[in-house]
Amino acid sequence: MNVLATVPGWVALTIGALVLAGALLVCIGSVGLLRLDSFYRRVHAPTLGTTLGMYLVLVGTIVFFWAGEGRPALHVILIGVCVTVTTPISLMLLARAALERDRREGAAGIPAANPPETGADGGE
Amino acid sequence: MTRWLPHPWFALWLLVAWLLLQQSLAAPTIVLGIVLALVLSWALGKLGLPRVRVRSLGTLLVLLARVFADIVRSNIAVAKIIVSPWPRYTSGFVTIPLEITSPYALALLACIITATPGTIWVSHDSRRQMLLIHVLDVIDEATWIAHIKQRYEQPLLRIFR
Repeated sequence: MNVLATVPGWVALTIGALVLAGALLVCIGSVGLLRLDSFYRRVHAPTLGTTLGMYLVLVGTIVFFWAGEGRPALHVILIGVCVTVTTPISLMLLARAALERDRREGAAGIPAANPPETGADGGE
Repeated sequence: MTRWLPHPWFALWLLVAWLLLQQSLAAPTIVLGIVLALVLSWALGKLGLPRVRVRSLGTLLVLLARVFADIVRSNIAVAKIIVSPWPRYTSGFVTIPLEITSPYALALLACIITATPGTIWVSHDSRRQMLLIHVLDVIDEATWIAHIKQRYEQPLLRIFR
């Protein structure tokens, strides 16, 4: 990392803080995927990594190349846009598959196909 | 105009994405980008997709800023639930009656709901105009319905009127 050696200390610290904060969120998201108990709860956790976690790493990347090469690596914004736009597709697919399975199995706390009213599942 | 450029927003996005990928603002890059944007958006027009009509760009920008603030807030909220040793929260499904019908508005709402951790889009019944979402920490169902409708749906209705 000779780029970090050439930039002022506070810039290197900022880059480090951004990337580490992003990585921490991704890590918490992964821990959540492991810790939370039901499918619908678990699927929330990785979205930490695909949203703010990713944005922080991207901003860190932009600042890193800005400081190192003198021009902002703005094209990494495209990663952010593409991930944000495509995440709902796979997440929706997973959620709908789980809902279909649970409805067929008659699991408790799952709204019917034409729900008359909503209800909390309590997650047990 | 409509015939030759049926999807101006898509064309603009292609041009911006092209320039970002090329990382250059040289004249040949811009010209090639414009040609690509025009040809590809014309080809997309052949697929007969409904046209995107953004009525209020200001509202769109306000909405995006609001969503970003919500993403930060809900990231912290969900992270707290995950790391706390004895988390106390109630998850559940919430059914929301929607007014929006534009496919683009619905797609954007899906991105917003998915991008804010703690809420996931489960299914949308287009006939009954009912949206089913799952919320990690439902404090009050009515609050969530009002939150989604006022914070996101009202601006979307204004943008894609």
